[in-house]
Amino acid sequence: MAIRLQEGPFDLGQEISIMTAARKDVGAVASFIGIAREDNPDEGAEPVIAMTLEHYPGMTERQLMAIETEARGRWPLIDCLIVHRFGRFEPGDPIVLVVTLSSHRQAAFDSCNFLMDYLKTQAPFWKREETVSGERWVNARLSDNDAAERWEGQH
Amino acid sequence: MKILYFAWVRQKIGLAEEIATPPTSVNTAGELIDWLVCLSPGHAEAFANRGTIRIAINQIFAEPEDSIVGVTEIAFFPPVTGG
Repeated sequence: MAIRLQEGPFDLGQEISIMTAARKDVGAVASFIGIAREDNPDEGAEPVIAMTLEHYPGMTERQLMAIETEARGRWPLIDCLIVHRFGRFEPGDPIVLVVTLSSHRQAAFDSCNFLMDYLKTQAPFWKREETVSGERWVNARLSDNDAAERWEGQH
Repeated sequence: MKILYFAWVRQKIGLAEEIATPPTSVNTAGELIDWLVCLSPGHAEAFANRGTIRIAINQIFAEPEDSIVGVTEIAFFPPVTGG
């Protein structure tokens, strides 16, 4: 079980190799990678040149650990990993990685989905986008709140 | 007490953090905002729309009515947009 904040890139294959090494009980690995996108229909038609991700050191780690603990309480996870990058990114750059390991696929899939939904609304990160006409802070999306809230009744 | 600002709250105030000693009549996070908006035009602008401000007390999400008595760190920021 681990959470990591870093500026540099991550390697999904390498992370899974480390997590599954010498284990015979893993039946399912699910993963999600969030990637910086060029278009942001919420904010306007101009393509995004780059984005900067700011976070709250200390609280970010605390929140990611709390989210991970919550997932482990809900599903029988053998292991899970959250890696979130901060700094400046260009479209196509991977920003966030979630990996979940379980005996069976449903727990791996569902917990991976849950971790991303909660991370989106509970972890103190903020995105600032650069376009040709200047910079803008990304607004929070109501649909992200809805996505997180759908897990509330299921415990 | 250490007060931290992030994202556009930080930009509007022009500070990432400041050490403040509010009067003893300030007991909640909301009362702290009432006091902060009088410090500078930047503070007033940052807190102009209170509904968009999120609060963390000692790095835990909090509400305006929550007590800040004895608190060492409080942060104000917009709704989060990570992931």
